[in-house]
Amino acid sequence: MITKPGPQPPSHPLRLVVDLNRCQSYGQCVYAAPTVFRFHAEESLEYDYAPEGGVRREVERAAAACPVQAITLGGATEPAPGAHGDHR
Amino acid sequence: MTAPGAAGPRTGRIVVVGASLAGLRAAEALRDEGFTGELTMIGDEPHAPYDRPPLSKAVLSGRLDCDHIELPRVRDIDARWLLGTPATGLDVPGHRVALADGRSMAYDRLLIATGTRARTWPARAGGGLDGVHVLRTREDAERLRGALLNGPSRVLVIGAGFTGGEVASSCAESGLAVTVTQRGAAPLAGALGGTVGRAAADWYHAAGVDLRLNTTVRALEGDPSGRLRRAVLSDGTVLDTEVAVVATGALANTEWLSGSGLAADHRGVVTDDRCRAMTTDGNPAEDIFATGDIARRPHPLHPGRLLRLNHWDGAVAQARTAAHHIVHGPGAQHLRQPLPAFWSQQFGHYLKSIGVPALADQVAITQGSLHQRRFVAAYGLEGRLIGAVAVDSPRVLDGYAALIEARAPFPPALGATDGPAHPDIIDAAFPGRDTGGTRDHPGHTPSAIAPAPNR
Ligand SMILES: Cc1cc2nc3c(=O)[nH]c(=O)nc-3n(C[C@H](O)[C@H](O)[C@H](O)COP(=O)(O)OP(=O)(O)OC[C@H]3O[C@@H](n4cnc5c(N)ncnc54)[C@H](O)[C@@H]3O)c2cc1C
Ligand code: SF4
Repeated sequence: MITKPGPQPPSHPLRLVVDLNRCQSYGQCVYAAPTVFRFHAEESLEYDYAPEGGVRREVERAAAACPVQAITLGGATEPAPGAHGDHR
Repeated sequence: MTAPGAAGPRTGRIVVVGASLAGLRAAEALRDEGFTGELTMIGDEPHAPYDRPPLSKAVLSGRLDCDHIELPRVRDIDARWLLGTPATGLDVPGHRVALADGRSMAYDRLLIATGTRARTWPARAGGGLDGVHVLRTREDAERLRGALLNGPSRVLVIGAGFTGGEVASSCAESGLAVTVTQRGAAPLAGALGGTVGRAAADWYHAAGVDLRLNTTVRALEGDPSGRLRRAVLSDGTVLDTEVAVVATGALANTEWLSGSGLAADHRGVVTDDRCRAMTTDGNPAEDIFATGDIARRPHPLHPGRLLRLNHWDGAVAQARTAAHHIVHGPGAQHLRQPLPAFWSQQFGHYLKSIGVPALADQVAITQGSLHQRRFVAAYGLEGRLIGAVAVDSPRVLDGYAALIEARAPFPPALGATDGPAHPDIIDAAFPGRDTGGTRDHPGHTPSAIAPAPNR
């Protein structure tokens, strides 16, 4: 049940979050990475926190293009933790 | 009351209980602040930290899978993780957290981040029936999504707060018939007041939702096999339904703290402005901190009040404050406290709030109008601007934030081109104000009342 971080895996799966208090619905992220970010209704941004399929470059471009720095990128690098000690 | 552990502030053992948004962000901030000691994350959910806001929106609507809401780690925190492991007790003098599996964890400093859970429906009124749901966790969302996919003839949502509105909106989008009951005279009235809440009622109606105001549910009734079939409403109406979602607010996860001597109850853990947990004798515990949805704390703009903010931004912003004071100890400089903020997305609208509208006595529509898609409502208390809510106007709040921080008079002088020159001041119409918005007792006793807008 106790997991200790091992060495980081070579490729860190991409994870991201958008601060929707900050987001001003400019839509730059939607242009940069349309498979990850989209508008639902006119102004409500929706996004995939764990996109698959080699979109890292697009997502990095989206984060850089966001005029209010609302997009935070990170990874799932640390052995995250499963209930029964399964390292991920 | 307790002496700080023997370890220096940057070393020693820190235990974080509650491994969700607040716990994770605080752990990252602890490392950012230079903590090099042992860090342990204890969480009762079996999952890596994930984000809850999509649960009532994209997840429920089927546009996003629960495997796609995991929160990013913005840095390596080199922690030991004990997930699927509830904490069951706290021994303050002994500096130990008891775990459900019988072990206990020693700490030098403890961070409490166990959040809240959804209030459930009483068993005597049908709470145990198959088909009665709440929404707080991934499992809740998956279960409810499954029930919606079975094509119920009608979904009943009990409560028209933020979660209730978002659930109703997602169900209506999926083409389901939806009834929402709300005890008060308008949706969102507890958080935004009845005046703005009446605009929200129009959103429900436009989406085809059957909104029953000033109505409660008397009982949920099932068939002989225990499946929900009907709801009996306070006006005597009997509604056929197979899925009910109870969205009547949240209770703090403080049971594991009972008997610890901390000022903790179902409303949360009382803290000071450094996020230190208060004891029942009114003093801060030097080495125990609390943050996120569970914390009720003072804010410099509202002296004498305890705020439980219950929103995403509160968890993120306070995590930084907590980590700062944990690592730098009692002599640490105070950090500037940001204004509380939250958002909601429902019925195709994007609502953003800054400040504390829930404390207001007056409201003025400063941009647009309540009958338009876009509007901004400014909230005042005793002649001072204390909050603003922007609907489908996601770019305007920075200006209001600056005025709130400057303690500007209400109504604010904005000179907005899309608003009236002299906005009408209206009663904010918060329900039960005579009992709900009283000032806290000095000394932060746990009996004090916090006007917390519940999700
Ligand atoms: C459906 C939904 C939609 C939301 N939408 C929005 C939104 O649109 N905008 C917004 O601003 N906010 C929103 N929120 C609020 C936001 O998600 C919360 O403010 C945030 O999750 C608070 O984080 P937290 O870490 O303090 O608490 P939580 O996320 O509740 O985490 C507490 C953790 O501690 C665990 N725990 C509890 N007891 C124990 C124990 N004894 N031992 C160990 N672990 C324990 C819990 O299981 C949980 O994992 C929403 C919340 C929900 C539920
Ligand atoms: S680019 Fe930034 S501000 Fe614009 S929609 Fe995306 S997250 Fe929001």
